[in-house]
Amino acid sequence: MKPAIKRILFFVIVIGLWQLGSKAGLWSEILLPSPVSVFEALVTGIQDKTLIYDLIASFKRLIVGLAIALAIGTSLGILLAKSKTADDTIGSLVLAFQSVPSIVWLPLAIMWFGLGESAIIFVVILGGTFVMTLNVRVGIKNVSPLYIKAARTMGSSGLDLFIKVILPASVPYLVTGSRLAWAFAWRALMAGELLSTGPGLGYTLRYASDFGNMSLVIGVMVIIGVIGAVVDQLIFQRIEKSVIRRWGLDS
Amino acid sequence: MFIQIKDLNKQYLNKENLPVDVLKDIDLDIGKGEFVSILGPSGCGKSTLLSMVAGLVQATSGEIIVDNKKVTKPGKDRGMVFQQAAIFPWMNVLENVMFPLRKEMSKKEAKLRVKEHLKMVQLSNYASHYPHELSGGMQQRVAIARALAMDPGVLLMDEPFGALDEQTRTRLHDQLEQIWIETKKTILFVTHSISESIKLSDRIIVMGTRPGTVLADIHVDLPRPRGEHKEGMLKLEERIMGLLKKEIDKVVDEELAYETSN
Repeated sequence: MKPAIKRILFFVIVIGLWQLGSKAGLWSEILLPSPVSVFEALVTGIQDKTLIYDLIASFKRLIVGLAIALAIGTSLGILLAKSKTADDTIGSLVLAFQSVPSIVWLPLAIMWFGLGESAIIFVVILGGTFVMTLNVRVGIKNVSPLYIKAARTMGSSGLDLFIKVILPASVPYLVTGSRLAWAFAWRALMAGELLSTGPGLGYTLRYASDFGNMSLVIGVMVIIGVIGAVVDQLIFQRIEKSVIRRWGLDS
Repeated sequence: MFIQIKDLNKQYLNKENLPVDVLKDIDLDIGKGEFVSILGPSGCGKSTLLSMVAGLVQATSGEIIVDNKKVTKPGKDRGMVFQQAAIFPWMNVLENVMFPLRKEMSKKEAKLRVKEHLKMVQLSNYASHYPHELSGGMQQRVAIARALAMDPGVLLMDEPFGALDEQTRTRLHDQLEQIWIETKKTILFVTHSISESIKLSDRIIVMGTRPGTVLADIHVDLPRPRGEHKEGMLKLEERIMGLLKKEIDKVVDEELAYETSN
């Protein structure tokens, strides 16, 4: 059996059991609504466009935040890889920051930027930056010395060597860094929106919860999960796979 | 002389911060167009010597002069081929061979030169292939084409066929010999294979180990192609084997002593 078919079958069974359990009254509809109610809540949300607006608003923040995170992360990673002093000082700070979930910055961010767009984007940026930094740093440090030696015998040095050889040679790490940065940023965004004002998927989730609309809560959770999985598997893992193959890292 | 190596010494510091001689008092003169093999057991510093000619490693004392210029850093006048192909995986074959040319000539000119060199290594049909789509032998031919495309005065080869299977290696020996005859390049070829050095070179520099020194400088005057002169090759092989036996024993004894002391 193909993995795809196995997967579909698995989800059909899980949702089927869930529906059966709800029907049989094994648990209260308020605690865990049935799949059908969740589906209905999603359809209503899409029809009255709230979920559409939420998606657009969330993605806007994500794209802005992630773009800034990748830019800062890459620059900082290059700095750490190239300067021992920076690595010894800023490097340890980056490691410390990376182990702090970015959402804990929200209270400070709200003080600095007010309860709005900027505070959430700030948390998203912090979510994605450091994991990118660490990957870029390792990527540049791990460039095969052979490539550098070969390039030098061909008259390449300095900035030319860096741009034409070292940076492209570390692309596999840049891709992995971006994938992880996306994952961290996506989680940070949801947490930020949950504690902030709308529109946005996280905001709608909390709003639905405040009004006891558990079907919509689960519906939004499904959307968040599906988007996370789809972006990771359909976009990043594919790029990662082809890069690893081309860069000859799979053997 | 085209390449002069004078009183060359190389030391490095070991873990206890004591200097260890890698190469000691190397003196060599190599004429233009010569195919010279540097042969020796592992650890004799032959690759270090080649890297120093390339300008990748600095000498502790002494100097290397190539075409009347003192070697201080790497340059396009000395092309190098490594044991691993070292071609860039993110570029296709054409872009790889164009890499050293991109700054000194127009794209059109560079492309023409690349095509010519790909033909020389019989890879004309693979210009748009990426390295991961090529076999090890093909990758190494791309690396040779890339080094030759810069039109260097000397081609430095560091065990270029060491990682290939026997059949591929034999084929590449013939191709390299052909290329050498056509281009008349000076070639410095590092190897630990006696038969490889006899098959290919005009001269064999036999090196001893710890510290690396020149044991013998042997002129090979067997006519080419050498495959037809098996007897002469065998005789020479025995002679070099005799020279190297002591060196190899020395290495083995040291390794045994090291093992028993641990």
